[in-house]
Amino acid sequence: MEYVSPEGLRLDGRRPMEMRQIRAEIGAVAKADGSAVFEMGNTKVIAAVYGPREVQNRSQQLSDQALVRCEYSMANFSTGDRMRRPKGDRRSTEISLVIRQTMEACILTHLMPRSQIDIFLQVLQADGGTRSACINAATLALADAGIPMRDLVTSCSAGYLNSTPLLDLNYVEDSAGGPDVTVGILPKLDKVTLLQMDAKLPMDIFENVMQLAMEGCKAVANYIREVLLENTKTLEYRRGV
Amino acid sequence: MLQSKSFVKKTKQGRVVKVVREHYLRDDIYCGASSCKVCDSSVACLSSNASPILIVDTNVVLNQIDLLENPAIDDVVVLSVVLDEVKNKNISVYNRVRALCSNSLRKFFVFSNEYHKDTYVKAMVGESPNDRNDRAIRVATQWYQSHLGGRTRVLLITNDRENKRKATEEGISAETIESYVKSLGRPDLLDLLVHPTSGDVSMGEVEDLRPAKRKVIYSEHKPMSEITSGLHRGIYHQGKLRVNRYNPFEAYVGSESIGDEIIIYGRGNMNRAFDGDIVAVELLPQDQWHEEKSLSIADEEDDEEEDVHLVPGSADDAPRTTNLVQGSARDSNSVSSRPSGRVVGIIKRNWHSYCGSLEPMPMPAGNGGVAHALFVSKDRRIPKIRIQTRQLGNLLDKRIIVAVDSWDCLSRYPSGHYVRTIGEIGDRDTESEVVLIENDIDSRPFSSQVLACLPPLPWLVSSEDLANPIRQDLRHLCVFSVDPPGCKDIDDALHCITLPNGNFEVGVHIADVTNFVHPGTPLDDEATQRGTSVYLVERRIDMLPKPLTEDICSLRADVERLAFSVVWEMTPEAEIISTRYTKSVIKSCAALSYIEAQARMDDSRLMDPLTTDLRNMNALAKIMRLRRIERGALTLASAEVKFQIDTETHDPLDIGMYQIREANQMVEEFMLAANISVAEKILKHFPPCSLLRRHPSPTREMLEPLLRTAAAVGLNLDVSSSKALADSLDCAVGDDPYFNKLIRILATRCMTQAVYFCSGDLSPPEFCHYGLAAPLYTHFTSPIRRYADVIVHRLLAASLGIYKLPTIFQDRPQLTSIADNLNYRHRNAQMAGPGLSRTPYCHLFQETADRHGGQNSEDKIEWLYCICAQVWYRRACVLDTKR
Ligand SMILES: [Zn+2]
Repeated sequence: MEYVSPEGLRLDGRRPMEMRQIRAEIGAVAKADGSAVFEMGNTKVIAAVYGPREVQNRSQQLSDQALVRCEYSMANFSTGDRMRRPKGDRRSTEISLVIRQTMEACILTHLMPRSQIDIFLQVLQADGGTRSACINAATLALADAGIPMRDLVTSCSAGYLNSTPLLDLNYVEDSAGGPDVTVGILPKLDKVTLLQMDAKLPMDIFENVMQLAMEGCKAVANYIREVLLENTKTLEYRRGV
Repeated sequence: MLQSKSFVKKTKQGRVVKVVREHYLRDDIYCGASSCKVCDSSVACLSSNASPILIVDTNVVLNQIDLLENPAIDDVVVLSVVLDEVKNKNISVYNRVRALCSNSLRKFFVFSNEYHKDTYVKAMVGESPNDRNDRAIRVATQWYQSHLGGRTRVLLITNDRENKRKATEEGISAETIESYVKSLGRPDLLDLLVHPTSGDVSMGEVEDLRPAKRKVIYSEHKPMSEITSGLHRGIYHQGKLRVNRYNPFEAYVGSESIGDEIIIYGRGNMNRAFDGDIVAVELLPQDQWHEEKSLSIADEEDDEEEDVHLVPGSADDAPRTTNLVQGSARDSNSVSSRPSGRVVGIIKRNWHSYCGSLEPMPMPAGNGGVAHALFVSKDRRIPKIRIQTRQLGNLLDKRIIVAVDSWDCLSRYPSGHYVRTIGEIGDRDTESEVVLIENDIDSRPFSSQVLACLPPLPWLVSSEDLANPIRQDLRHLCVFSVDPPGCKDIDDALHCITLPNGNFEVGVHIADVTNFVHPGTPLDDEATQRGTSVYLVERRIDMLPKPLTEDICSLRADVERLAFSVVWEMTPEAEIISTRYTKSVIKSCAALSYIEAQARMDDSRLMDPLTTDLRNMNALAKIMRLRRIERGALTLASAEVKFQIDTETHDPLDIGMYQIREANQMVEEFMLAANISVAEKILKHFPPCSLLRRHPSPTREMLEPLLRTAAAVGLNLDVSSSKALADSLDCAVGDDPYFNKLIRILATRCMTQAVYFCSGDLSPPEFCHYGLAAPLYTHFTSPIRRYADVIVHRLLAASLGIYKLPTIFQDRPQLTSIADNLNYRHRNAQMAGPGLSRTPYCHLFQETADRHGGQNSEDKIEWLYCICAQVWYRRACVLDTKR
């Protein structure tokens, strides 16, 4: 199958190093302490953050840091086939864990001992790269909730098909079965907090692909920063500062 | 990096699910005209002279690809919408048009109109995909027209009447391909044109008359929707149609849904299907299965469709068919239970171009005008093809290539068009080129880019090679090679030394081809394409250029050469204790022929070290061979029939067997062992992407011809397992020493061929090699003449950590396609090669067995000989210079 045409165009018209259109909106769920919708092309994710609040289950309480919990789920209508999905299947448990670990690494948990932060992530529409979109949405929601963080975490994926590194795989490219590298970084600190790949790649190619994914993360970070800045300005304006 | 682009979502309606895909439209897609001031002209290839820019529609590409390939047609814009449609309809035409677009000598430009912000077209409500695509083509043409202004003429080439009308209305200049070619003033190009079928512009007036005038010969194909639902309900069966090579009126369709082959008798039931087409078949009622058998084909045809004589005037084919069918029906009651059917529709055509000549015919009056002629393909499975030509006088005594265009149910023969002339009939070069073309073998000399990849001559092992830590210096060993006499491309050599503990160290040294053929170079690409060297009767077509095959890589005597070595420590009982793999430098001390090696071993006076080594190895090889045979390996392929040919006339003078000497078997045994050791090593390191070779166990149906032949001469073979078959073949001894060999050859021909595959595509139990009774096997020992071995060398080097694995191995689909190509090339090389190395000959055996079946005569051997001679004679005819 040809994923990149000899003219250098991907199936959806992007060039290999281009990301899909990204869009973010802060404050989609009024009831939550912080929330955001994040879109990468047709992938659409909503994140809601509750906390820091009292730990619900006392036995889980940590005396020196906050407890971070994360729940990831896909809406039944998020894919074309609209099937009923059982809650807590292996895949979502794994993604919940990955996202929790990634977010925990950037939240300053030691500032909020004996408290709990809940991150709820729901995939509204899935078209590849849900993991990355969830992390980006969670970052925005956490920022919206005013939870102290070391840096923003942003994430993006990259793959390798037809001997070409491709940025931000969509569903069709993702299902091609090639390697798919998901990277999460702290853009200001220039540190990697998440790196996932379930295929074999030679080192030199892997480095190219990972570099590309990191470029993608940085682009996402720039955009998220803009969105946050815009949001802050609106808030300022509303308060009449 | 992220450009701001407007984007439109395109919705495709799938079967049940609605699929939404993003579709980005861009402003950085250029027009490709070098005269354009606005666009980036670095990729421009369309010339800026006065000739118009042609925009072709899908049907023009699909039908007129032979014309487009002619250098007279240039400055063509191929739209991506056209490419997509062509790709869906015919992948081989797609590959050809892609090759044109990437050829720097031709001015073909791909314009990605589907992604350009001004030329993207959204389907309107109620508009069919075809209409939408036609509109997209018109919009793109219009864009070109306005984009290039008045500087260059833009011409839409379409044969679709409706499309042309609309184009003209929209102010686009549009022409049919015929009128364009006529305007070029080149009558020779007109022969390349495919003649329009009904519905196209120029046939309009004739159309109405036709049904009344002509009789319907074949039943109409069912529409695709009906076929699909029929397949779902199980009343139709899908499969690839294979025509019997020796009886073009009989075909088989292997159907997965009923798990058996469906036999199709007669052209009427084949209903215009060609060999290799994917067809939908309807089973005939069971009571007709037997009836079909007892009827001769000709009768049946006459009953069904009274005025169809399939091959009028061809006495050659018809009676023979009748005989054969009657014969086999009489002998084989076992087959009569096989289902027979008829073709109701063709799902995918396998049409390509064919080699052959025109049926002799008188020159029509008014020479120079258009004449209709019948083309007879060299491949008997292909029906005659009707063509139109303006150069009949020129073509009558030539071998020509013709492509098929269409076959409607009103015509007895398909219609096609002339592609090119190969040469005069009977001319030896022409005929051998025909063999090459028939088997898709590239015999062109290597290009200068390929030759540029070779190291400069004279080549010698350099001090860097010797100093390289990955390379072990084995020059002190007494390494020797044993090959057929006169062998110039020596790719394997051996050594054997006795160790102090009584064990033996045995080494197999293979030419280190990958030291010179690097992945991604033109040399490597060329070798990938060729896949194998091809040995023809009087010449060899190399996979790699001669300096490599005969000099730099050839492990000749008394020169230092680079090698890739497998070294075992073996006990005197030939048990492998340890295996070592290394790149090495060797210096062969003798290049022996099989005869020389055998003579040395047999001469008890000789006690020199080389001879002792030979004897030791031979002793080991015998044990290994015995063990292999105990495991159930079939000793089939070792017997080869040798033909003595008259050098002048190329007539066969005598046929005999290659004498299989112990020396041959000895070398073979160690090569097998090396291949198996390497297969184990690479699979251990690269479970998902190793290239291995497997030989599927034959099914009972495949062995049918063998069983029938054996039964005809009073033999009972047990085919329940490879071991059982091997044993019963051992018992099949006739009075003649050759009889057993011939039966073995026949058994080999009845089996499926061994194939290369990518280890990730199958599960381990399927890896097994039936013929060798080995759970794992690959090819490592002939990298000079087989590309598979080159790949395996790279895998082995990577598993030793010497080199990195080339990126291609990450791409499993691509690896699979390489394996498929290798299989295809190997099959073709065998088909083109001389002698009996052809599977289909089992039909010949069968045919003759049937004929001789009833007689309890002593000349069983005789007829087997006859067949060999017959086979050879057919082969020789091709090359015979009958002037
Ligand atoms: Zn332009």
